Amino acid sequence: MLVNQFLLLGAVLFCIGVYGVLARRNGVLVLMSIELILNAVNINLVALGSVQGPEAAVAGQVFALFVVTIAAAEVGVGLAIVLLIYRNRSTVDLDEVDLMKG
Amino acid sequence: MGGALFLLTAAALASGRPPRGFYALFTVITAVLAMVGSALAWGRVTDPARGAYSAIGDAIMVDGFSVFFGIVITVAIALAALLADDYLRREGLDGPELYVLMLLSGTGGLVMAMANDLIVVFLGLETLSIALYVMAGFQLRRLESQESAIKYFVLGSFSSAFLLYGIALVYGATGSTNFSRIADFLADNLLAANGLLLAGFALLLVGLGFKVAAVPFHVWTPDVYQGAPTPVTAFLASASKAAGFAALLRVFLSTFDLYRLDWRPIMWVLAVLTLVVGSFLAVVQTDVKRMLAYSSISHAGFVLVGAEAASDRGLAGALFYLLAYTFMVVGSFGVATLVGRRGDADHSLPAYRGLSQRRPLLALAFTVFLLAQAGVPLTSGFLAKFYVIGAAVEAESYALALIAMISAVVSAFVYLRITVAMYMTVEEGDDAAAALPFVRVPPAAALSLGIALVFTVVVGLVPSPVVDFARDALPVLVSAGP
Repeated sequence: MLVNQFLLLGAVLFCIGVYGVLARRNGVLVLMSIELILNAVNINLVALGSVQGPEAAVAGQVFALFVVTIAAAEVGVGLAIVLLIYRNRSTVDLDEVDLMKG
Repeated sequence: MGGALFLLTAAALASGRPPRGFYALFTVITAVLAMVGSALAWGRVTDPARGAYSAIGDAIMVDGFSVFFGIVITVAIALAALLADDYLRREGLDGPELYVLMLLSGTGGLVMAMANDLIVVFLGLETLSIALYVMAGFQLRRLESQESAIKYFVLGSFSSAFLLYGIALVYGATGSTNFSRIADFLADNLLAANGLLLAGFALLLVGLGFKVAAVPFHVWTPDVYQGAPTPVTAFLASASKAAGFAALLRVFLSTFDLYRLDWRPIMWVLAVLTLVVGSFLAVVQTDVKRMLAYSSISHAGFVLVGAEAASDRGLAGALFYLLAYTFMVVGSFGVATLVGRRGDADHSLPAYRGLSQRRPLLALAFTVFLLAQAGVPLTSGFLAKFYVIGAAVEAESYALALIAMISAVVSAFVYLRITVAMYMTVEEGDDAAAALPFVRVPPAAALSLGIALVFTVVVGLVPSPVVDFARDALPVLVSAGP
């Protein structure tokens, strides 16, 4: 099995996601970056499961399914919040959302 | 019997959805029922003949630890619901939504406390958090509330993604997500190359450290606490923090106990940073909600001091601290709810000027909560600080104990500043203070504050029942069944 390649892919996706969350100012793109991280985790879970033998592999695969479900719920709430901000301020630029500081 | 706790909250969710009157009352009754369920479960798990047990294919652990956190979280729900009742009417937002979200998020917290599997920890965490994101932005028209929702959401989901990555690495290193199996595996096998496992620890600590607002993962806390509706802040500071600590303590102190040499130094650094940053930054704030937010960060530092000791005594101290803290913090934010007036308009320090003359009882209650948070003797806060610092000394972390005491002194300054504002700044004929509006104290909120006040004082005077309760509530690892 080429587990290392999958793990590397997962790590690269994770890093792209982290970069996106930190560097992007657009709320929707930040959400997409978070999704990237979650998918990196899924790749890791399934890849790491495949080296564990059939019984332990199930746990990883089931976990990946849970992650997909929760990611969907999370993005639903996230988009709703971004939409709310957009309605009130006509912008989704997160750097402009800075009423509170200190 | 222990599963009753879980079923009760689940049933509450199902029946909570259709509209009905007296939502707050319903929420409180649900929370109290769940509390009774936990008390029954407590009798079951402390019975030496039967003891703790795991359910649902080892995914859920019902032991003293989970029952303890069940009670802490249900108390937080009940008190916060009482505060929310009048608040929502004042803001014109009355309806079942906030209560349903509160129960949902409380259920997530309970699941986290009972989890015996990393998958379940993650599910509980997300149930808790997703409901809280919405609750933080509950005041649709208020810009600060929206801002706190988006900040909490982005940082929250970012950190839970870290947590997930950590879980994936731990799973890769040990071949299981079940706590008992992980502990068995770590006991049986000496990992030659444990980089994967240690990286997993670090990422888990980031994810859970975010949830409990430990420095350096605290940046969201002041903004979210300030912007969120105040009863939600009370819930966030109590239930969500307790659930985060439940998972943190169970994962590190019981599952990864063998690797304590690896995680204790990290925990030490986290505790020191959290204590120092929390108490020092609180001093420079001018907004009372923000002050309380920073002080809640330093409280998290104290609980981490107990966790760092990595002993039964430290754990019991941390549990006692969390229970005492829950009452104090809900009480404090409860007073802030009442003084803040319509639209959470004014939480600045001057709004509290002369509160002792306008509302002597309210000022007295707030003073007790603040003194308890400062750790003045005869309150629960003193004993809580005493136990965690005692555990740290016992574990020979003298430097940490010293830092904890210094930061307690520094944060006492913050609490005294608010107290002084309430009692001493008004002279006769001071127009500015006289012009401040009358603070209305509705009965439900008064009840909530009263319960918190009585608990804080009574536990300060007669601590032994609660101390025994915390001491018996240690997490148990039941070896996985066939």
